Amino acid sequence: MIGKFIENAGWPRIIIALFLAGLFCAAPFVGVRVDTSLSNTLVRFGMNGVMVLAMIPMVQAGCGLNFGLPLGIIAGLLGATLSIEWNEEIFKKIIELSAQYKITWLNAEFLNLHHDAISFASAIIIAVPIVAILGWFYGKLLNRVKGDEMMIATYVGFSSVSFMCIAWLLLPYKNPTMVWGYAGKGLRTTISVEGYWLHVLSDSLAIDINEHLRIPTGMLIFFAVMALIVWIFMRSKTGTAITAVGSNPEFARASGVNVDHMRTISVMLSTILGAIGIIVYEQSFGFIQLYMGPFYMALPAVASILLGGASVNKAGILNVIVGTFLFQGILTMTPSVINSYLQTDMSEVIRLIVSNGMILYALTRKVRAGR
Amino acid sequence: MSDLNNKNTPLLTLENIGKDFYGNRVLSGINFSIEAGEILGLVGENGAGKSTLLNILFGMPVINSTGGHEGKIFLDGKPVNFTSPTQALAAGIGMVHQEFSLIPGFTATENILLNREDLNPSSMSYIFSERVSTLNRDAMEQRARAAIHTLGVNIDPDMKISEMPVGYKQFIEIAREIDRKNTRLLFLDEPTAVLTESEADILLIALKKLARSGIAIVFISHRLNEVKDLCNRIIILRDGKLVKDSPAFDLSVREIASLMVGRENKTENQNLNNDTEQKNNNDDSDDENLKSKRKKIKPALKVEHLWVDMPGETVRDVSFEVKRGEIFGIGGLAGHGKLGIPNGIMGLYPAGGKVRLLGKKLKLNQPRQALNRKMAFVSEDRRGVGLLLDEPLDWNITFTAMQVQGRFLIGIPGIFQLRNEFAMKRTAKKFIDALEIKCTGSNQKAGELSGGNQQKVCLAKAFVLKPEVLLICEPTRGIDIGAKNLVLDTIREYNKKNNTTIIITSSELEELRSVCNRVAIVDEGKIAGILPASSPAEEFGMLMMGQNNTEEVENL
Repeated sequence: MIGKFIENAGWPRIIIALFLAGLFCAAPFVGVRVDTSLSNTLVRFGMNGVMVLAMIPMVQAGCGLNFGLPLGIIAGLLGATLSIEWNEEIFKKIIELSAQYKITWLNAEFLNLHHDAISFASAIIIAVPIVAILGWFYGKLLNRVKGDEMMIATYVGFSSVSFMCIAWLLLPYKNPTMVWGYAGKGLRTTISVEGYWLHVLSDSLAIDINEHLRIPTGMLIFFAVMALIVWIFMRSKTGTAITAVGSNPEFARASGVNVDHMRTISVMLSTILGAIGIIVYEQSFGFIQLYMGPFYMALPAVASILLGGASVNKAGILNVIVGTFLFQGILTMTPSVINSYLQTDMSEVIRLIVSNGMILYALTRKVRAGR
Repeated sequence: MSDLNNKNTPLLTLENIGKDFYGNRVLSGINFSIEAGEILGLVGENGAGKSTLLNILFGMPVINSTGGHEGKIFLDGKPVNFTSPTQALAAGIGMVHQEFSLIPGFTATENILLNREDLNPSSMSYIFSERVSTLNRDAMEQRARAAIHTLGVNIDPDMKISEMPVGYKQFIEIAREIDRKNTRLLFLDEPTAVLTESEADILLIALKKLARSGIAIVFISHRLNEVKDLCNRIIILRDGKLVKDSPAFDLSVREIASLMVGRENKTENQNLNNDTEQKNNNDDSDDENLKSKRKKIKPALKVEHLWVDMPGETVRDVSFEVKRGEIFGIGGLAGHGKLGIPNGIMGLYPAGGKVRLLGKKLKLNQPRQALNRKMAFVSEDRRGVGLLLDEPLDWNITFTAMQVQGRFLIGIPGIFQLRNEFAMKRTAKKFIDALEIKCTGSNQKAGELSGGNQQKVCLAKAFVLKPEVLLICEPTRGIDIGAKNLVLDTIREYNKKNNTTIIITSSELEELRSVCNRVAIVDEGKIAGILPASSPAEEFGMLMMGQNNTEEVENL
């Protein structure tokens, strides 16, 4: 019974889970409040969940882990910055249109009330077409390098970040909250979303248990909806074909499935989820981080899904939920608990050991997972 | 080792050699011996056990790692048991494999003398070891030249292997074995397969010359004329047993062919044979009744001048017709293109030519086209192409039907459809029961089943498509006898019940003759002939061996 459970759950998860439980137990003794820690863990879970979800389609299609997540993140950042840059124009346009089509409920009062939510939606709406196009090219690229997707994806991510470092400076952004004060042009490294869509998901429907424990219901619901969409998609005809392509491309081809097309769809979907994921992240974090910000964003997401029990060619929603919770739990607890105990900053070290160790572990298991 | 001793005892003696792989018996009770200077021909169909026998004699690791072999081997009267090829080489046994083992970027000299190079003496080699000395290129070239010269060909020893025509490579392989000073026994596995006729003649002369110098040669070939010309003695293997050991002049090519494929004294096939006869009787009466009818019906599949570029199974120019409701067999030796035909028709490998399905032209090179036209395919590569090993059985069985015919889905077609797990499971269950697939349920992963049950899953996958024409490749490859009969019965029954046109490709002639109405034999990418299944075995054998007696081939 216990052996069966261990086999199903896998040793890495059990060790990490026990470690996390240990940290929660130790917390009160070093003066760290458990409820605060739990609250932080939930917030981080909600922030990162969608980006971890972005791993599923590509893994299922046999394209490996999406180390090219920064590409999707960049499109998300474009959507986020453009939604701020064009904020006033967007609202003017909505009022114009509602007047034209006589939609009475869509008036200035409604817009004012839901200003943040509409801004947030506009960020996603702007980001998705951009990311779909990028994802399409990215998918075509990965179809040419079958077998080496993960390495190529890593460099796609890195080079796109570097390219955008130039673009952020040169793009003609005007909004004074975003550009460098002394030059009047070029985006800052960190941009606050306050006044636009700060905590738009985190604060909606949030439940305050006490002053230390706050459940970000809105953000968790948003994650649940995205997870449901992915779950349903993977059960559709296309999703089934994608899974078969990942399981055995030759079988899929002999069954009349266009393998390259399915892979492209999965890459596009992964990239789109990456873009949405970063916008969710930013609304909770409060800032848009440009330039080298997205550079290492893929690694925690990759580590999370692997920690959740996914392999390089099989991943499910449960892997995302378990993995994200464990990984973010460790991240939240180690700085507070271990640092209080050791009086030194160990958090970064432990985070690196867990994330890189997890990736290493999963990649060495790749051979066994294949046929 | 005294010369006297050598004369009395044969060079190599095999006593009761046998071998099974995981309970699958491939060799049993092999006894024969070879004298020095003798040329022995070893013939048999694919899978008769020739390669296994060679592997045992050469001490290949595949034998040791699967539990060794039975029986004893004597070299010069002393028992030997090689556990690695290195030991066999040291004992004076040389082997030229069917696949070349040459380094493409090296010259002929370097390849012939690899690891036996002439070295320049140097002070460094005293201090360290011979590994640091330089090569004596001149002496090496001399030796290589001498070895090549023995074979009676003229190849520049400085030529790189990658720049050589394929025939030259074969000579280099043999030259390498000749250069070994102690080689006394040489195994040649299909050495003439890649040679032109004139090159083959040169090689045969060279081999006779080698034999005169006292080297014993074991020669394996499918070209029976060559074997008969060259060898002193011929040994015929069939189904892992030695069926004939006699001097070459006692046997005609025809006799050899019939012994290789012969059907007598095969207990496990007895009932199949009975079936065949019954079937043939039925067919005869059927044919009488249906002949006039069938002539009017358009053929189910008409193939004209098909070529297929499938690696290792190239199809050059194939034309044939399959009648509706017929079971049509395609046989022939491995590598001659029989597998290329169904793979090409299904569009899995680049192909050209004309294929008409039920009178309408079929677009090649697009698997989807073939599937849309109600063709189904059971691949010879079960684990590679036929199955999703990591997915449950219901996926495996219903996936193709779902993708191609839009079944097992709920929702609005063309917009959004979810898979209907319930319907998938129900259908999978139905086939698991009908075909008696041994599994824990439709949730079990396909990779966990045994070979025979996996094959049944592949068949179920094809049956779900309700095909008009069903192509099956190697239905019984790698499965045990009991499962074999079950699979064949299933195919036969499906044909009878649904009047489906079935084309079976198989290396096992007996199997084709027991199931099919007509059998085509493929030789070197072309159809050598199409015979009714009731024709005598030796006629099939003759066709397979490239002995094309056109007057005996029924023109259909």
